[in-house]
Amino acid sequence: MLSADQEKQNSFQRRICEGDLVIVYERHDAMKPVTVRAGSELQNRFGVFKHSDWIGMPFGCKVLSNKGSFVYLLAPTPQLWTLVLSHRTQILYIADISFVVSFLEVVPGCVVLESGTGSGSLTTSLARAVAPFGHVYTFDFHEQRAASAREDFERNGLTRFITVSVRDTQGEGFPEEFCGKADSVFLDLPQPWLAVPSSGKMLKPDGVLCSFSPCIEQVQRSCEALTTNFTDVRTFEVLLRTYEVRDVKFGSLGGDGSGGAVRKPPCKRKNRPSSDEENNGSMERSTSTVMAKPCPETRGHTGFLTFARLRCS
Amino acid sequence: MGEEEGGHSPNPNSKVTWEGCSVLLDINGGDRLVFARLSPAASLKIGDKKCSLQPLVGCPFGSLFQVETGPKGAHLVLVSSPASSSPGMTEGMDPQEKNDGKLKGDEKDNRALIDDNRAQNLTGEDIDAMRRCGASGDEIIEALISNSSTFEKKTVFSQEKYKLKKQKKYAPKVLLRRPFTRSICEAYFKKYPSRIGFLRVDTLSLLLSMANVGAYSDVLVVDMVGGILTGAVAERLGGTGYVCCTYPGSAPYSIDIVRMFNFSSEICSRIVQTSSSSLLSAQDGDDEDDSSSDPPSNKDNGSMISSDEQSKKSTTDGSPVPVPTSVVNAPPTKKSVNPGMPASPDAIKLWKRRGFSSLIVAAPDMDAWSMVDELLPLLSYSSPFAFYHQYLQPLATCMHRLQTEKKAVALQVSESWLREYQVLPSRTHPHMQMSGSGGYILSGTRIFDS
Repeated sequence: MLSADQEKQNSFQRRICEGDLVIVYERHDAMKPVTVRAGSELQNRFGVFKHSDWIGMPFGCKVLSNKGSFVYLLAPTPQLWTLVLSHRTQILYIADISFVVSFLEVVPGCVVLESGTGSGSLTTSLARAVAPFGHVYTFDFHEQRAASAREDFERNGLTRFITVSVRDTQGEGFPEEFCGKADSVFLDLPQPWLAVPSSGKMLKPDGVLCSFSPCIEQVQRSCEALTTNFTDVRTFEVLLRTYEVRDVKFGSLGGDGSGGAVRKPPCKRKNRPSSDEENNGSMERSTSTVMAKPCPETRGHTGFLTFARLRCS
Repeated sequence: MGEEEGGHSPNPNSKVTWEGCSVLLDINGGDRLVFARLSPAASLKIGDKKCSLQPLVGCPFGSLFQVETGPKGAHLVLVSSPASSSPGMTEGMDPQEKNDGKLKGDEKDNRALIDDNRAQNLTGEDIDAMRRCGASGDEIIEALISNSSTFEKKTVFSQEKYKLKKQKKYAPKVLLRRPFTRSICEAYFKKYPSRIGFLRVDTLSLLLSMANVGAYSDVLVVDMVGGILTGAVAERLGGTGYVCCTYPGSAPYSIDIVRMFNFSSEICSRIVQTSSSSLLSAQDGDDEDDSSSDPPSNKDNGSMISSDEQSKKSTTDGSPVPVPTSVVNAPPTKKSVNPGMPASPDAIKLWKRRGFSSLIVAAPDMDAWSMVDELLPLLSYSSPFAFYHQYLQPLATCMHRLQTEKKAVALQVSESWLREYQVLPSRTHPHMQMSGSGGYILSGTRIFDS
């Protein structure tokens, strides 16, 4: 990710090389990160895939298993990474991530402080936003988690933009060396209000803070803590609603008089191309329309996002 | 500072305003949002008074000003502590009134209030007389409160509301904001949503994430939303990579909103325009030796711009400031680089050979499928795309076809839902009014089709 080297950027010429991280795509909800090693194999329900077959192929290609099934090999992006990373903690998803990056006004060159690092889902997107001149300093009090996050960032080639440290920011605050240096601060802590005073010290004047909390009681206390040094305190909730798209066929009344229309169940796009009409000539005058409806199961809550600006004195 | 740059920030992340910079003025806590350029002659009408914007030059972004009427008319004065300014926040209240989130005065209600317009003893003439004697806005508000027969009977919260209402009228406040994608999009969405195709800030943010916009990207964009998309992408690129705005036919779309961002010449030079026909007809460079040719980005800043050709702007300089104001705009200085210069033939050739690294389309008036069909081949393999539309149906149809023709994976039609909350001791709830729709997105990743 985020390489200045043209060879490592997506292009028609780019080929998968030994050591590359690829996202193996089975379905939109079945993906896996794999580092390509010539002697290795990937085994899944579709069979065995030899990495050596992948080397030299373009990213985005379809590769076959020994059983003739296929998967796609995609180049990693922060968005895909969020979908495949190992959940060591609850993570932030794309709707919250996108909103946070925009509302924190993170642009290339910014210095961003984050606590806690968690599984590094947001950190990866923050790195994309501060590159190529800025830096994300991320803190987690959990040593092992910090180490795993560090490994992940290395794997994604993001170490130039991210520094992971072990620190209890709720207890100790952020390190003094960042005093007045941060453009933005992001808090995802159980008691964010404890880190608010330190965050205020770290921020440049007019700098933006964001606190992510799942519970409204946390928001309440954070907002109270924010009134001392901050202004423009705003709390949001953002959710992503996804849609199912299907080609729905409806029968209609009064076809050939054979007793009304047959209403076939909507056919799921994935399984059937548009061959229904040809194979099934007996279908009464049917019309087919592509329609969309919200997916029945959806995430109902992630967290509240509270933003505030450091007041200019 | 910044004279030779003609309004471009000397430091891209400067925290202080400079002469010629673009600012967003938030009047009375979001009641009115105005874009302005801090030229020497710039002024702004607030209420019925015209104020010079000169006092704003050289101030840190985030500074708060108040309109004061003096002998020489109204002028903006820097407020030292904007503590009591945030509407609805607890900071304006006395500390003893908020213990553990419980408010004294909770037992009060509106049973004693009679709506007969006789609560206020001061007349309009009285207030005018006070003003003539040079009373400040704050003094008038105090007088209004002490002459209100019902003020004491109100709950603490409605007393706050009353004060705020009077403050807005008699002592308007102006907050100085640096325009970023976030604030520009919010301001347009609030006042002129149609100019940005009803694209809400959360949806715009998602487009940028889903299309993986980051440093060194070459982003192909169809921006029929006034330039907000182009500006948002350019902001994320920070002077690396390119935003290539493409358009059907011969005239580029207006990307005037780009001028609201305080982009450096470097960033402006990374915003180029070209017609879709020239992108598509460009000679395919497949026969060339891939590795030997020079990459366009990160090396020669100006190389992508054919400098002899003047930017053919589809719109005039008539009203670049979208919100009606009396602000006088300084004409762009000659030395600055205009965003949206035509892309150079070399650049087009290179993009044809390497492919773009992202594609974002926000074209409410175009047939979605025809755009996709035409532009997707320009996107390199495994690169993401995101299409915005105000309506769901065109995207659904488009997704169906992409699936059928197996051109992409990870296809998803989604919609962002955004709700803001009022957070106050014992009075936390979602806002009573919210935006019902911020538009839809079709996102996906192009695959290698051998």
